[in-house]
Amino acid sequence: MVVQQARLAVASLICAALSLTGTPSAAAAELRIGLGADVTSLDPHFLNVAPNNNAAWHVFDALVHVDANARLAPGLAVSWRAIDPITWEFKLRKGVKFHDGSDFTAEDVVFSLERAATLAASPGPFASFVKPITAKEIIDPWTIRFKTAAPYAMLPYDLDSIFIVSKKAAAGATTENFNSGKAAVGTGPYKLVRFARGERIELARNDAYWGRQNGKLAAWDKVTLRILPADTARIAALLAGDLDAIENIPTADLTRLNTNAHLRLEQKVSWRTLFLHMDQYREHPPHLSDKSGRPLAKNPFKDARVRLALSKAINRRAIVERVMEGYAIAAGNLVSPPVFGHVDALKPETYDPAAAKKLLAEAGFPDGFALTLYAPNDRYVNDEQVAQALAQMLARVGIQTRVETMPASVYFAKARAGEFAFALLGWGSFSGDLALRALLATPNADKGYGAWNWGRYSNPKVDALLEQGFATPDEAKREALARAAASLALKDVPVILLHHQLASWAMKKSIAYIPRTDEYTFAHDFRPK
Amino acid sequence: MTIFIIRRLLQSVLVLCFMSLLVFVGVYAIGNPVDILINPQADQADIERAIAALGLDKPLAEQYLIFLKQALAGDLGKSFAYNIPAIQLILERMPATLELALAATGMAVLLGIPLGLWAGLAPDSWAGKLIMTGSILGFSLPTFWVGLMLIMLFAVELGWLPSSGRGPTTELLGVALSFLSWEGIRHLILPATNLALFKLSLIIRLTRAGTREALLQDYVKFARAKGLSNARVVGVHVLKNIMIPIVTVIGLEFGSVIAFAIVTESIFAWPGMGKLIIDSINVLDRPVIVAYLLVIVSLFILINLAVDIVYSLLDPRVRISEAKG
Repeated sequence: MVVQQARLAVASLICAALSLTGTPSAAAAELRIGLGADVTSLDPHFLNVAPNNNAAWHVFDALVHVDANARLAPGLAVSWRAIDPITWEFKLRKGVKFHDGSDFTAEDVVFSLERAATLAASPGPFASFVKPITAKEIIDPWTIRFKTAAPYAMLPYDLDSIFIVSKKAAAGATTENFNSGKAAVGTGPYKLVRFARGERIELARNDAYWGRQNGKLAAWDKVTLRILPADTARIAALLAGDLDAIENIPTADLTRLNTNAHLRLEQKVSWRTLFLHMDQYREHPPHLSDKSGRPLAKNPFKDARVRLALSKAINRRAIVERVMEGYAIAAGNLVSPPVFGHVDALKPETYDPAAAKKLLAEAGFPDGFALTLYAPNDRYVNDEQVAQALAQMLARVGIQTRVETMPASVYFAKARAGEFAFALLGWGSFSGDLALRALLATPNADKGYGAWNWGRYSNPKVDALLEQGFATPDEAKREALARAAASLALKDVPVILLHHQLASWAMKKSIAYIPRTDEYTFAHDFRPK
Repeated sequence: MTIFIIRRLLQSVLVLCFMSLLVFVGVYAIGNPVDILINPQADQADIERAIAALGLDKPLAEQYLIFLKQALAGDLGKSFAYNIPAIQLILERMPATLELALAATGMAVLLGIPLGLWAGLAPDSWAGKLIMTGSILGFSLPTFWVGLMLIMLFAVELGWLPSSGRGPTTELLGVALSFLSWEGIRHLILPATNLALFKLSLIIRLTRAGTREALLQDYVKFARAKGLSNARVVGVHVLKNIMIPIVTVIGLEFGSVIAFAIVTESIFAWPGMGKLIIDSINVLDRPVIVAYLLVIVSLFILINLAVDIVYSLLDPRVRISEAKG
């Protein structure tokens, strides 16, 4: 697309701009941030997508927060525990006030959970997070109990996704009431001033905010979140001094921004992991043949040796260094290093094309075979280039690889319909067992397992470990189970792990940011230096 | 004239129906927004429920009939991604796009016609040659590249103008306009220039060619022989006669600026309709795509109608009649 060409052009232009003189920053108490994706709505229960949640976190809180390392932290709830296998008790924070001055109590929690459960007609509803709760019981204004039908350890994780709105302000409110600000009454660090759809969100500091960093409130009286999805526009605005900070920097521009004397870069390993799904359930998967185009006698992906061979054929270091320009980490896990359930002992597969060829020969494919690698071209960082590099590496061990890429809007529908045998997917999860449940558990619609297991890998032992973990409220025990499940599953090479992305922010030299694994950009985490 | 307009409008309704059907079939063939927007933790049942809640599980024909029924009642549906009426979403972006399109077209016309006339009247002068060379550049340089250059020069290097976005808006008769304040105009200059460049070149070349041709016509020679002043010969006899192709092109280009200003809107983060349609296509937000195209097709129909009417005013020989349809 033209805009992508434009991105390349701006990359080469930044060099020229390095000599620019920094324009004096606006009053120290104002922060202007450039966001990389459109915020469609400020109704925190309507559409569960990262850009909307990012905006909502400024105005609202959840019972449970996630810290910069993607671990759970107290939010509007100060503590939680399982008092019996099917009951969770949450102690709420006392003295918290909504932006309109009213008190936050358990009533607001019940109201918010119910609103999130019933708001229909959304392509990305929040209902799945509250579905396990069968009953809510208010013990006193600051104690609430949730019952589940079966033991369910993930409840605190799910409640991180449900924003708490004021019952008084949001009763009967529509999405438009939230957008206009009438119902957007939260307990978050900022109050909503104005939402100009597709353009900007203006915020003012909530001086009564409960959450402080080192005893201090957010550093900025006024915050403007500008919506700038075009990379070129975002970077130019930062260079021109129209913005103080931006998120989501294309890898091609990172090095140049990094060497700019007026700017600084903050980075953190993202929770997003890229990997390849392989069809392990059909006898004759589509787009898989011998090199002359004749169908294969059997599905090579059913043989673990072939899967391992493909994994060994991939030079992850080259992808990280060349395609990702150093802004990624080779992956040996489904979840990135800081995330719950990451197994340090699992290392990225070593690059060994000779061993790959040997394994292919042992599996009965001495001459390799031909396949088509499918990938989206607008979803992950450099996704198309990664796919092209993979194809060349696979070709070197005798796997003749054709690459086909398409926009995410086309890609995901086809992938879900099973049209691809070999396909790229990226995944962000704040717990290893949740990732395993979606990606590698045996697909089972009744249990909700394996919804994104495109290759239909199946290992009953992994399923059993996951089930056991989800019924274990003790975090340490559950993490051990999650690690055991991950180690067991990844031994079979059910997917080919590639790399974890790095998330990047660029800002003026005079400010600092606490970079986050979940890639969120929070105004309240920026500080003057 | 009235009958002509009524016939035109009736034809338009057919075009609109056909277009909405095309979009329905097209988007249906690609997929649905749930696959793109559903959260990763959602299980199979959640996905099915979300698809059903949007009515996307119904057969295509039924979905289209439901749409038609609501459209006849004036309801083009709610955006899947924004959860507000699609038409409201488009109308609230329209002032920004119209403002940009008008500014760009205005620039192109006000500069293009005089420059083109000049180049046509004095083709061998250095000024005439300079204008023509400049217009070649305007034609051949890609819009996005020029846009970036403008940003790099005037916003990043010189710091004279803002790099992107729309300035503060003022309400005038219920429409949010940005060109009423100096800050708003400052935001408008770069994107409008960027968008105007191609049209400016087009108008210069059309005007020049028309002028050169008209100067050789007998009626111009006759007018000169009659002793009319140069200003009257050029201003009335030449200009009026070369306006027909220019008006056609301005009309068409104005329509295309409104509908396809997407490159400029993206580079300058201008919150117009072009950005909206691209975002909506990316997430298969069908109500917005349908409503947008309906609005754009209606605009084209209106512009063409206006162009036809202007023809008849410019050239008395052109009569709008029923027969011409």
